[in-house]
Amino acid sequence: MSLPARIVTLLVAFAAVVAGAVFLVVNYIASSLPTVHYVASGGVVNVVLQEDPQNNDPSNPDWVSYYVQNPQTKQWVHTTLFSVPKHTRVNVTILGYDGCTPLRNNYWSQVQGTTGSTVTVQQFATVGKPIDSPTTTKMINSWSNCAVAHTFAIPSMHLFVPVPSPNTALFNKDACGVSPCTSGPHSQETFSFMSPDHAGYWRWQCFIPCGGGFLDGNGGPMQTIGYMTGEMEVSA
Amino acid sequence: MAESQAPTAAAGKAEPNHAVRIASIWLVLAIVADLLIYFVWQPHLPPGRMSDNARGQQFDITVMAVLCAPVLLGVWTYFGYALVNWRRRAGDTEDGPPIEGNGKVQAAWITVTSLIVLSLAAFGTYELIVPAGAGGGEGPVPIWKPSGVVTTAAWTPGSTHTLVVQAIGQQWNWTYRFPQFGGMETTGLELPINTPVEFHVTSLDVIHSFWAYQLGVKADANPGVDNVAFVKPLQLGQFVVRCNELCGIWHGAMFDYGNVVTASQFQSWATSIQTKERANGTLAALPPYATTYDPTEISQLGQAWAKLGIVGAGGYYYPGPQTGTPGDPVSP
Repeated sequence: MSLPARIVTLLVAFAAVVAGAVFLVVNYIASSLPTVHYVASGGVVNVVLQEDPQNNDPSNPDWVSYYVQNPQTKQWVHTTLFSVPKHTRVNVTILGYDGCTPLRNNYWSQVQGTTGSTVTVQQFATVGKPIDSPTTTKMINSWSNCAVAHTFAIPSMHLFVPVPSPNTALFNKDACGVSPCTSGPHSQETFSFMSPDHAGYWRWQCFIPCGGGFLDGNGGPMQTIGYMTGEMEVSA
Repeated sequence: MAESQAPTAAAGKAEPNHAVRIASIWLVLAIVADLLIYFVWQPHLPPGRMSDNARGQQFDITVMAVLCAPVLLGVWTYFGYALVNWRRRAGDTEDGPPIEGNGKVQAAWITVTSLIVLSLAAFGTYELIVPAGAGGGEGPVPIWKPSGVVTTAAWTPGSTHTLVVQAIGQQWNWTYRFPQFGGMETTGLELPINTPVEFHVTSLDVIHSFWAYQLGVKADANPGVDNVAFVKPLQLGQFVVRCNELCGIWHGAMFDYGNVVTASQFQSWATSIQTKERANGTLAALPPYATTYDPTEISQLGQAWAKLGIVGAGGYYYPGPQTGTPGDPVSP
C-alpha cells in the first residue's frame, strides 16, 4: 500500500472511531430519563404513578411499565425517576391498569413500611367511575385470588406494597391498550410514608417477575430503569 | 571484569559472605514483621471476631500473613541487597559472572516450597472440617456439623438448641423464614448471641450468594437447592448481609444489616413478628416451610388461572418466550 493510501486509511479509521465515540456519548445523554420533581406543600408531597400493561416507547412497546405524573402539568411521563424532599410525608397514589400475576413470594402480599402498615384500595370501571368503596387493608393476598398486578417496593426503607390489579372481568373485557392509560378498568391504591432524613437515592422496584418473554420473567422491564424499577431521589 | 578484579579483591579484603548477610537481615525483618502481624494487626483483620467462624477466619488469615511475610521479605531483602551491593559501578562495562545451576539451592527451594504448600493444604483442610464448614455452604446434606447441638421444633432463650434460619434470595432482597416460629418470614435478620444457628440458604429466581460478612458466613443461594451453613454469634452488634453473586441490575444494592442481640431480645422480636403476621394473615398466606421453593409452581398457578379465564397478565410473565406472544395471555 502506498504512503498516501496508508495515511488516508489511518485518517478514515481515526474519524470512524471519533464519530462512534461521539455518537455513543450523544446517544447516552439524549436517552437519559427525565426526573419528575415533587415539591412539598404543607409538609406533604403527592406522588402519582400508574402501571400499564404496555408503554409508548417504540423500542419496547410490549414491556409492562410504570409512569410518573408530572405534578404541574398532570401529564404522564415515561420514567421511573422522581424526587421528593427529605423528611416529608409522601402520599403515593398508584393507578393499576395491568392485569394480575401471582407473586413468586407471597410474603410480599403483606403491606410493610407505610404509615400504619396499610394501603387503601378502590376499583374503578374507568376513570371517575368507582365500582366499590375504598378499603383499607394490611394485606392483598396474591395467591388466594388473582388480585395483585405488581408491587412497589423501596427495599432499603423496608417499604413493600402490593399493588392490586383491576377487576378481572372488566379487565378481560376492556383493558387499557394504549399508554399512558387514561381510561379503562383500573385499581387505585393510596398509602403514605415519610421520606428519609437525608438526601440521596433510593432504588425502588417491582417484586413480581414481570419481564414477559424473558426467562422466568426476570429480564427486560424488570432489569431496566424506566420500566419496572427506578430511583427515588431525596433532595435536601 | 572478573579476571581484572579478582586479583584486586584477593589482594584487598575478602569477599564477604553474602548469604549470611542476607539471611541475617531477612531473619530480623521476618521476626519483626511476624510479631507485628500477630500481635498488632491480627485484631483488625477481617472479618472480625463476631462469631466462631469469623474468629476462625481471622486466625486463618493471620496464619497466612505470618507465613507469607517472611517469603515476601526474603524476596525484597535479596532484591534490596542486590541493588546496593551488586549494582553497576561507574565505568564498569563488563559482563557479570555467569550464573550456573546450584543443585543444593534448587533442592532446598523445591523442598521448602513443597512443605509450605502441603502444610497449608493440611491446615486449610483442618480449618474447614473442624469448625463445621467454617461458615461456608455445605449443600443440602452437610458433612461437617457442629458437635453437641440439638435441633428442635421450637427454640427458647437460654437453651443450647440450634436456631434454624432460612435465607431466601430474590431479585433484589433477602428474606428470612424461621420454621421454629411458625414459619414466619421477615426482611430483617436478628440472631441471638451464643446460640448455634443453622442457615438454610436458597433462592427464588436466579443465583445469589448469602454473605453475612462479620459473621463469616457465605453460602451460594441457588434456586431449588438447600445450602446449609452454620455459625455461632459471639458478640452483640450489627453485621452486614450482602449478595455476593452478580444477580441483576440491583445486585449492588442487595444488602441490608442484621443484628446480634441477646436471647431474650431475639425471643421478643421473633414473637412480635410472629404475632403480627398471624394477625394480618401473612402466616396463613405463606406456603408451608420447605427447604426449597419451586418458582415454576407459581407460573403453573398463573397458567391455571389463565385456563379458568382469569387471563389478565396472569401467568404470562413467568414462562419464557416459548409460550405466548407479548401482550397475550398464556395459551391453555
